[in-house]
Amino acid sequence: MAVAFTWIAVIVIVMTSVGLLLARDWRWTIILLAVQYFGMFVLTLQHWPIGMASVKVVAGWMSAAILGMTRSGLSNEDSGEEYTWPRGRLFRLFAAGIVLLIVATVTPGVDTIMADAGFAVTNGSLILIGMGLLHLGITSRVLRVTIGLMTVLSGFEILYSAVEGSVLVAALLAVINLGLALVGSYLLIASNTQEAKSI
Amino acid sequence: MNAPTLWIIVPIFIGVLLLLINNQRLLSVLGGSIAVTLALIAQFVPIELALKLGSFSLKIDSSLSILGRVLSIQPSEGSLLELIYGAAALWFFGAEASKTAPRIVPFGFIIIALMVASIAVQPFLYAALFIEMAILLAIPMLTSIHRPPGRGVVRFLIYQTLAMPFILLAGWLLGGVEASPGDLALAAQSAAMLGMGFAFLLAIFPLYNWIPLLLEEISPYTVGFLLWILPTMTIIFGAGFLDRYSWLRSSPQLILALRYLGLLMVVTGGVFAAFQRHLGRIMAYGSIAETGFSLLALSLDFRLGIPILFLLVPARALGLAVWSLSLTIIKENVETMRFGAARGVLRVTPLAGAGMIIATLSTGAFPLLAGFPARLALWEGLSRISIGAALWMAVGIIGLLISAFRSLAVISMADEYTNWKLHESPTQMTMLGLGMIGLFILGLFPQTVQFVLGGLPLMFEHLGR
Repeated sequence: MAVAFTWIAVIVIVMTSVGLLLARDWRWTIILLAVQYFGMFVLTLQHWPIGMASVKVVAGWMSAAILGMTRSGLSNEDSGEEYTWPRGRLFRLFAAGIVLLIVATVTPGVDTIMADAGFAVTNGSLILIGMGLLHLGITSRVLRVTIGLMTVLSGFEILYSAVEGSVLVAALLAVINLGLALVGSYLLIASNTQEAKSI
Repeated sequence: MNAPTLWIIVPIFIGVLLLLINNQRLLSVLGGSIAVTLALIAQFVPIELALKLGSFSLKIDSSLSILGRVLSIQPSEGSLLELIYGAAALWFFGAEASKTAPRIVPFGFIIIALMVASIAVQPFLYAALFIEMAILLAIPMLTSIHRPPGRGVVRFLIYQTLAMPFILLAGWLLGGVEASPGDLALAAQSAAMLGMGFAFLLAIFPLYNWIPLLLEEISPYTVGFLLWILPTMTIIFGAGFLDRYSWLRSSPQLILALRYLGLLMVVTGGVFAAFQRHLGRIMAYGSIAETGFSLLALSLDFRLGIPILFLLVPARALGLAVWSLSLTIIKENVETMRFGAARGVLRVTPLAGAGMIIATLSTGAFPLLAGFPARLALWEGLSRISIGAALWMAVGIIGLLISAFRSLAVISMADEYTNWKLHESPTQMTMLGLGMIGLFILGLFPQTVQFVLGGLPLMFEHLGR
C-alpha cells in the first residue's frame, strides 16, 4: 500500500512539475506548487516520521502562499518572452520529456549511491531536480526563477531526507525555503516597480 | 557567556536592531565601533580560559547546543574572528562615505554572523545551510525594492543557491568514503559533488558571469563587501574539508585540479580585465583573479600555502574596500562607469581615481602595495613546482597591470585646460586617504598584521603544521 502511495506521489510530482513548466497563469502556478509540496511530503514520509515530514509541507505551503499573496497584489502585465519560440508550450513539453528520459536512465545508479533510498523516492526527487533546472534554464522571470529554485530544493530535500534525519537540518531547510519565497516576493515587488512606473 | 552567542547571536541581534536606524553617520560609527569591539574581545579575551579582572572573573565557553547540534568556536579560531570583525569594521566605517550604510551595516552584521556560524557548526557540513541563509540575506542588501533587479542579482541567487545541495550531499558522501576508503568510485563521486558545490560558491570559471553583471548594476561598495566576505569564508570552509579528510588532502589529482582552476581564474580574470572598457567590470575580474590566487595558495605544500592563503585575506579586504569605495564615488560623478563616460574623471575625484588605480595595482602584485608580499611568496612557491604554472600566473598579473594602466590613462585623459573641481566630501577623502595609506603599510611592512595571521593556521588540525 505504502509503495502504491509513493508511486502515486511520483505521478503527482510529474504532473505538477510539467504543469509548472507549461502554466501561464500565475494562479495555476501557485496551486501546482502547493500540490507539488504535498507530493514531496508523501515521499519524505518514507524516511522521516510524520511530524518532521509535515515541516516540509507546511513550509512549502507557506512559501507558496507568500508568493501567491505577493503576486496577487501586482499588475497582470506579462512579458511576451513566455510566448515566443523556442519557449512555447510544445518546446517545454519536449524538454520535459527529455528530462524524464534522463531521470529514468540515471535513477538506478543514483538510488544505489543514496543508500538505497527507494526507487520511487529517488525517481521523484530527480524529476523535481531536473524539472527545476530546466525551469531555471528557460526563464529569467523572477516568479518562475523562484519556483524553479524551490523545485530543485524540493527534489534535493527528498533525497537528503533518506540519509539525514537531523531536526536542525529540517528546521534550517524550512527556513531556507521560506527565505527563498520572501526573497522571491521582494524581487517580484521590485520588478513591478518599473512596470508600474512605465504604465 | 559562550563564544557562539558573542560572535554569532549578538551580531545577528545587533544587525536586526540596526535595521531600525536610517542615519548614515550613526550607523557607520555604531556598526564600525561594535565590530571593532568584537574584534578586540577576540584578541584580548581568551576562549575557554578564565580572565581575572580584580575580583571579577570572566570565562567564554567555546560551544552552544542548538536542536541537538553544536555551534563551537575553538580558542584557535579567535584570530579568525579578530580578522573578520576587524575587516568588517573597516567596511562599516567606510559605509558612510559610500552612502550605503543603511544596507551594508545591518545586513553586513547578520551575513558575517552567519558566515562565522558556517565555520562553527558541528557537524561542519551543515555550514552550507548557513551560507545559503547569508546568500538570501544578501539579496535585500544588493537590491532596492524601488528598483527592478538586474540579471546579475537573479544569477547570483541561482548560482549560489545551487551550491548548497552539492555541498550537503558531498558532506554525506565524504562520510561514506571515510568509512570505506578503498571505494574509489564513491571517492570520485564525492569529490565531484564537492567540486561542483565549491565551483558555484566561489564562482569558479565559467560560473562567475554574475560578478561583472552585479558591478554594472549595483553600488560597487555593496558588491565589494560581498566579494570580500563570501569567498574569504568559503575558502576557509573549503580548507576545513581538506583538513578533515586525509584522503582528500593527500590526493594529487585534487591538488592539480586546485592549481589548474586557480590558474584559470587568475589568467581569465587578468586577461578579461585587460580588455574591459568598464571600470566596474575591471574590479569584477580583479576579484575573480583574487579568488584564483587563494586557490593557487591551497594547491601548494600546505605548510607554505596556508600562511600565504591567510596573508592574502587582509590585502583582499583592504584592496576591495578601497577599490569599491573609489568606484562608488566615481559612479556618483559620471553617467556610467564606461571608459567613454569616465574620461578625465581624475580632475573631479582625484582621490577616488588614485584609490582605484592603487587598489588595481595592489591586486596586480605591484611592488610596495598590499597584494605584493603574498603574491610574491605564491609565485615563488609555484615556480618551485612548475615553471609553466608560474608563467601563466604572470600572464594573469600582466593582464591586471594592463587594466590598471588603461584605467589610469582613461581617467586622466581630460580635455585641455579643464579645471580641477573636487567633488569628494571630507569623509570620502579621509576614508580613501586612510585606505591608501593602509595599502602601502601592508605592502611595505606585511609583518604589521602578523600578530593576527600568525595564529590562524592553528585553527586547522593538519594543514599548515
